[in-house]
Amino acid sequence: MVSRRSVQDRLYDAVFNVILVLALLIAVYPLYYVLIASVSDSTLVSGGEITLYPRGINFEAYKFVFQDRSIMRGYLNSLFYAAGQTVISLILTLPAAYALSRRDFRGGRLFMLYFVVTMYFSGGIIPFFVVIRRLGLIDSVWSLILPNAVNVFNIIVARTFFASTIPGELWESAQLDGCTNARFFLRIVLPVSGALVSIVALFNVVQNWNAFFHAMLFIRDLAKNPLQLILRRIIIMNEIASGDASIGISPEELIRRRQISDLMKYALIVVAAAPLLIVYPFVQKYFVKGVMIGSVKG
Amino acid sequence: MKAGQSGFLGGGRSFPSVVKRHDGSKPVRGSGVSLSHSIFRNWQLYLFILPAVAHIFIFKYLPIYGIRIAFTDGFTLDPELSAPLWNNFAHFLRFVHSAFFWNLLRNTVFISLYGLVLFPVPIILALLLNSVTNEWFKKTVQMATYAPYFISSVVVVSMLLVFLSPRNGVVNTFIKLLGQAPVNFFAEPAWGPTLYVLSDLWQTAGYNAIIYLAALSTVDLSSREAAYCDGANRFQIIWHVDLPWISSTVLILFLLRVGQMLSMGFEKILLMQNDLTLSTMEVISTYVYKSGILNGQYDYATAVGLIQAGVDFLILVTANSIAKKVSGVSLW
Repeated sequence: MVSRRSVQDRLYDAVFNVILVLALLIAVYPLYYVLIASVSDSTLVSGGEITLYPRGINFEAYKFVFQDRSIMRGYLNSLFYAAGQTVISLILTLPAAYALSRRDFRGGRLFMLYFVVTMYFSGGIIPFFVVIRRLGLIDSVWSLILPNAVNVFNIIVARTFFASTIPGELWESAQLDGCTNARFFLRIVLPVSGALVSIVALFNVVQNWNAFFHAMLFIRDLAKNPLQLILRRIIIMNEIASGDASIGISPEELIRRRQISDLMKYALIVVAAAPLLIVYPFVQKYFVKGVMIGSVKG
Repeated sequence: MKAGQSGFLGGGRSFPSVVKRHDGSKPVRGSGVSLSHSIFRNWQLYLFILPAVAHIFIFKYLPIYGIRIAFTDGFTLDPELSAPLWNNFAHFLRFVHSAFFWNLLRNTVFISLYGLVLFPVPIILALLLNSVTNEWFKKTVQMATYAPYFISSVVVVSMLLVFLSPRNGVVNTFIKLLGQAPVNFFAEPAWGPTLYVLSDLWQTAGYNAIIYLAALSTVDLSSREAAYCDGANRFQIIWHVDLPWISSTVLILFLLRVGQMLSMGFEKILLMQNDLTLSTMEVISTYVYKSGILNGQYDYATAVGLIQAGVDFLILVTANSIAKKVSGVSLW
């Protein structure tokens, strides 16, 4: 027997699935297109002949990207900034959040208020710039590592994690055995907080790797530019990679360089986006958990 | 969040909830001990929190204190060289009376409201995902739609530029194949807000859907079953059970969104602008950046930024109190 409802439901299911498949294609196709364009013959790409699969496969573009010193320099810089901020963030965030998670920590609510206020109020970019400048951090790599190392959202996530995984009784009994807070935190709390470390590290890496604005504000020295700024210079500001002086070169050479930079663009986008997109399927579970704890408790 | 009961993050080790005491005494809690004693006993915890407190003080509270330059004249980056004088609200008045004030406000509010129109998209995405019974399909769509969130704004704008290039971009190639003249999207003021809003949706829809999915994961199964027994079909269950269930989450995210009316998407808009599109793409926050950092009018730009933050805050407070009256949901 087929009821009217089951017909309706099947229809709805079909419509829902079509919409979801469309959403999936819209999300993924631009990325997929960049990927296949980056390894295809560039005349086929600009002729609009590449749509579903790569044609005229070659890795010329990647050769140019990996030979370009400013790009590689930017890559290493970005890795260094992301790693640096992550390490400092863990060192600053985890102990603070642990203290805040303890119910016998007097003044915890006041400290929490002190942190949360900064989620709602900020000085804005100009006073922030002035502070960085007065600290002497202009053109210093620290200006890209320190300012975002403490994130109140991460403190909330970590505090919630500790409060729900480390039972108060455990500390009480450890304390009776003469264990200090520092020892307890290092020996008992941290070893069972691997998931939390992943969450906080991940938030920092994603935020730092994708950031460009602070570098644009604070860094003048080209050698210290992160990858995102290099990318902005090459693609968005339409500069030819490595920016050699263009005086005294033939029009043919100019055209050739333009072709190289056109060719490189897809590969460059792939290279810039790849690290996070490769890692993310494996770590998204933690990311989702972090977002959920943060959004519910925060 | 039911983290407490369910053994947080699944795989993590959990401790026995009852730990035997050596002498069988009652636990010593803060309440029974004097304040100074309890602070003294946990002195290390204060060392734990000190670095983070200092960090927040330097990078968050010092800039807040720095807002005072908005009320002064003659501010320079080198404090020895000048002593700023109070000028009360002169910068604020100058901005509000300036020729471009209305244009900036119009652009900012327009882009913001345009984005707000698409606010339901992640909700719809989450509702549909939640109704899918095939776990594999659900996970795949969720992961795919979430992926663009990990792409930086520089890369997104780069992709837009490459796709839309009038010379050799894929979009214009097809426009040309259809016999039309190529469109230079990035040079057309009318296209700017649309490109911004749609690319923003592409980046964030999957990410925002996660929060709604989390709320949906707590829907009472029995009420879904009851609705089913009453003859509700797929769509009716979503409309009458699921949607009302997440309405307070929706409202809270809506309030937070509305509270950023004037300050949204600054970085990406800055990347997308060029001299040709400023008539629609210059917004208050990019104007703050340009007049402050690029032109060195630090005091004036701080004042403009403060107006923006103040208006946003007023909108948030107003929207919140309306929400509280109408539905009982509020942020604080």
